[in-house]
Amino acid sequence: MLRKLLVANRGEIAVRVIRAARDLGIATVAVHSDADRDSLHVQIAGEAVHIGPPAAKKSYLNVASILKAATDTGCDSVHPGYGFLAENAGFADACAAAGLVFVGPSGDAIRTMGDKVAARSAAHAAGVPVVPGSLGRVAGIDAARHVLIDTGFPVMIKAAAGGGGRGIRIANDLAGFEAAFPQAAAEALAAFGDGGLYMEKVIARARHIEVQVLGDGRDAVHCFERECSLQRRRQKVWEEAPSRALPGRVRDELCSSAVRLARAVGYSGAGTVEYLFDDESSRFYFIEMNTRIQVEHPVTEMITGIDLVAEMLRIAGGEPLRLRQSDIAVRGHAIEVRLNAEDPSRDFAPFPGTVTALRVPGGPGVRFDSMLYAGYTVPPFYDSLLAKLVVHAETREAAITRLVRALSETRIEGLRTTKPLFLALAGDPAVQANAVHTRWLEGWLETHAARLVPEPEP
Amino acid sequence: MAQIHSPLPGTFYRASAPDKPPFKADGDAVAVGDVIGLIEVMKSFHEVKSEVAGTNIRFETDNEEPVMAGAVLAQVD
Repeated sequence: MLRKLLVANRGEIAVRVIRAARDLGIATVAVHSDADRDSLHVQIAGEAVHIGPPAAKKSYLNVASILKAATDTGCDSVHPGYGFLAENAGFADACAAAGLVFVGPSGDAIRTMGDKVAARSAAHAAGVPVVPGSLGRVAGIDAARHVLIDTGFPVMIKAAAGGGGRGIRIANDLAGFEAAFPQAAAEALAAFGDGGLYMEKVIARARHIEVQVLGDGRDAVHCFERECSLQRRRQKVWEEAPSRALPGRVRDELCSSAVRLARAVGYSGAGTVEYLFDDESSRFYFIEMNTRIQVEHPVTEMITGIDLVAEMLRIAGGEPLRLRQSDIAVRGHAIEVRLNAEDPSRDFAPFPGTVTALRVPGGPGVRFDSMLYAGYTVPPFYDSLLAKLVVHAETREAAITRLVRALSETRIEGLRTTKPLFLALAGDPAVQANAVHTRWLEGWLETHAARLVPEPEP
Repeated sequence: MAQIHSPLPGTFYRASAPDKPPFKADGDAVAVGDVIGLIEVMKSFHEVKSEVAGTNIRFETDNEEPVMAGAVLAQVD
């Protein structure tokens, strides 16, 4: 078992990890920038170390400062949370070199899954369906023309070294393709120092469905799926588990394919295998594997009763997986919404500031993961997530009713938040019927966003 | 003499990217509506446009420095 853990993160996930560690009797060390001296994660950790100025690259991304804080305080382990250094293979290697246990997979597993082409090849080799396209990098435009037989149009031309939506071009016909391919190669070389390209069919209307896995480096299990089709600018805003859209047989195939991939790469810790799911064909396609705990992990915890962060810590401490696949079952339905410091009526403009008053929702089936407290000033330097409101009920319908109840109890005064968005979505017939896809929310916002103003307080 | 203030709290940048030249060099003239920098607030970027015209801009806030809303970013004659 781990003895003393440094949490290399901030905000709600630092709070979440510190809580899990303390529940297991592991001592905790928080790190913080100048802007986070008064943060909740600093207050609830056993110790706290200042690691630099507000800019993330000088504090939460500063590997040398973080490793020094860990060794100076006698830690034996580091949990990276999500974002910041969570999927930085060099950081995982640096922890290992400093004699610290990195709570997550090996640097090599992070590297394989972080390289889009290598991840796609690993998935294909493990028998996981991938989006039709090139199996790896395409050698040149002649080879690329052959790939078009499998993809048809429209087709995406992607930089092998790209990511996060960068370095992607879409061609709608052969003439467009002939023009775009050499441009994409030149751009990729200029932007990433690597002109390598690969190709994927454009799946126009699909759901985002992802499978939670846990591995110990030898074996792996899944904790079923989450559906995260409600997205804005590729950012998830509402996540639920299980997915109502999956037929049972497809769920079995999807979840076992994720386990095959995790086993194939010797995965250790918590990870998520992400897929696109096409309702019409009932087919699913691998997109990528995230080698970290994800923001939306609590919906899985609510339906399975498993504390995923605690399992990560046990595995990192050297314990084998405690759960067999037959131990893991789904009970009921869970929904998470991300309460962000953003004004949805003004194109989601960020809204940092001071929380003047706070009323947290509660009662049966309600969980509120947050770093907020009354009087806390939300700094402008980091992301806008304030709280994750998670509800659990016997059915999806009951979960939506409970979500509305919990949202109406929630008051975060002094800031604008995305709460009005979720009240409106919960009342929308398409959301209630789960008749959505990954581009649905952006279309809906074009006609509904202006009305998403805070309701008058009674 | 006039001041250009930050409209938002966040991190101030003088150029659109680390490898790009600054929007304005010290000593440049400024017209109303000229972009003099960016403010990053919660991972989103907002242009800072001058509401004043003048000559000889002098920056009071360094590149990548944290600022509060209303902070003086630069002065012009």
